[in-house]
Amino acid sequence: MTMVAQTPPDPVHSERLPAKTPTKRRGGIGRRERAAWGFLAPALIAIAIFFVIPVVSALLLSLTDFDIYALADLANLRFVGLQNYERLLSNPLFWTAMRNTAWFAVLGVPLTIAAALGAAVILNARTVKWRPIWRVMLFAPYVTTLVATAVVWRYLLHTRYGVINWGLDSIGLPAVDWLGQPESSIPAILMFVVWKTFGYNMLIFLAVLQTVPDELYEAARIDGAGRWKQFRHVTLPAIAPTVLLVSIITVAAFFQLFAEPYVMTQGGPAQSTVTVLYFMYEEGFKWWNLGSASAVAFILFLCILAVTLVQLWVSRRLAGSET
Amino acid sequence: MTRLKPSTVLLNLGVALISLLVLFPLAWMVSVSLMQTGEAAVFPPPLLPSSPTLEHYRDLFANQGMGRYLWNSVLLASLATILALSFSVPAGYAFAKLRFKGRDRLFQALVGILVIPAQIGTLPLFLLLKQMGLVNTYAGALVPWLASIFGIFLVRQYCLSIPDEMLEAARVDGATEGQIFRRVVLPALQPIIVTLGLFIFLGSWNDFLWPLIILTDQSNYTLPVALAALSREHVQDIEMMMAGAVITVAPVLILFLALQRYYIRGMLAGSVKG
Repeated sequence: MTMVAQTPPDPVHSERLPAKTPTKRRGGIGRRERAAWGFLAPALIAIAIFFVIPVVSALLLSLTDFDIYALADLANLRFVGLQNYERLLSNPLFWTAMRNTAWFAVLGVPLTIAAALGAAVILNARTVKWRPIWRVMLFAPYVTTLVATAVVWRYLLHTRYGVINWGLDSIGLPAVDWLGQPESSIPAILMFVVWKTFGYNMLIFLAVLQTVPDELYEAARIDGAGRWKQFRHVTLPAIAPTVLLVSIITVAAFFQLFAEPYVMTQGGPAQSTVTVLYFMYEEGFKWWNLGSASAVAFILFLCILAVTLVQLWVSRRLAGSET
Repeated sequence: MTRLKPSTVLLNLGVALISLLVLFPLAWMVSVSLMQTGEAAVFPPPLLPSSPTLEHYRDLFANQGMGRYLWNSVLLASLATILALSFSVPAGYAFAKLRFKGRDRLFQALVGILVIPAQIGTLPLFLLLKQMGLVNTYAGALVPWLASIFGIFLVRQYCLSIPDEMLEAARVDGATEGQIFRRVVLPALQPIIVTLGLFIFLGSWNDFLWPLIILTDQSNYTLPVALAALSREHVQDIEMMMAGAVITVAPVLILFLALQRYYIRGMLAGSVKG
């Protein structure tokens, strides 16, 4: 299990394929180039029409008052400049959605990373038997259908008949109205999201942990380091760059929560689980304010872009400090 | 007989306990789906059905149109897989192994837009498909899968390991580029095709936001969309909802377990990249 996919560099490439070999028939290069475009064309055209154009249009759309009247007749469409953005910034529900999303990310990312790292470190212990079986079991929730497992968790979190409150009851704690009150709705959904997604990060951590040479632990043991010290001084430095990168990828994922509140709470109670994407969906496909919804999409994009730029900056700094 | 150290036993018990805890919601889902109506709605919640029944599965297929949703999901996921593969595999190969003007710049541009979440374009894409008359059609649901930049990226990475000599030898033998792709490249790409196909199938099966938007008619719903709608209507019917969840989850879970080697290898290839 050491495939942290490094595609082997291909040393032959540069020497074996000179641009023009004298012996080659004329037109050979042209034919190959034409073949290349033939292979590329379907995918590139699809990406242009169904990805690039919509993304660019989203920006343009966010500068219009596209609504249900424009949907019926394009003559009703007007260019409104930044009005959608202004109106959003003074809309309390938009800020609620931003705040809720931020809470999800701030609480959820450390929880997911901690669960993933904990599971990976335990699984990586040398004395663990049947590792592949445990690995698949812990990863399984990640591949399940989000909507279906969200429905399952809604019942696990049920106030009266839920297994989770039964567990609390059996250790003498009072029942919690998990999805019914604003204080506990985000933690409740987070329990589900962490359960569902930690396996993904766990697999990545596990792959990196297995690249840490045993000799390092050996040396630490000889120096009298205990379990915790080995973790602090051998494991953690080895996986720190991965932890950082994974956590930033996880942030982007938490920015895009939608099905969880849609299925489990419908944004409630008291709008405590309305996320940015949920807000965009309601604005666009419930109220048909497509201009305003596009502005939401674009703000979401800027947030994700900001996180990605931080990711690039961090990884560059890490790469710089290693060499 | 070597004696196991107590710490080893404890560690393995701990791992087993955590794994069972993580699998508990799925096991509970199956168990409740087999209970009599109303059996799960008591305190303390029962863990096993007193007299197992398949009535909720029967009810779902006979009265709730589950067969139709299952068919929609199977059809859409299969078509998405075939279409996405036939679009991204040749493109990934061309980026890795064929020379053409502007190749590196084009590829960098694609990797650059990989960071843009697809949700950004959701609203204009909906309007575009409305113009094309594709709202509430299978074609409309499939469209986003044609534009899989991730797939191109994954295939390209894998293609780089194909030795150029193999391709050159075929060219010297007079094979056309199309023949080389079919006879030399495709067989060599078989593992990554399985991996990518699995990703797309699971991704399409589990997808929610896009089918929710584009498939407006109930008879076109996929399983997740239908399940979300059902769960709003039948909040009290725990046992039936669990049966619906089992029908939705079981196919992808089984598929994953059968092909997990491909899945995990591809996942690490796609994500652990500097």
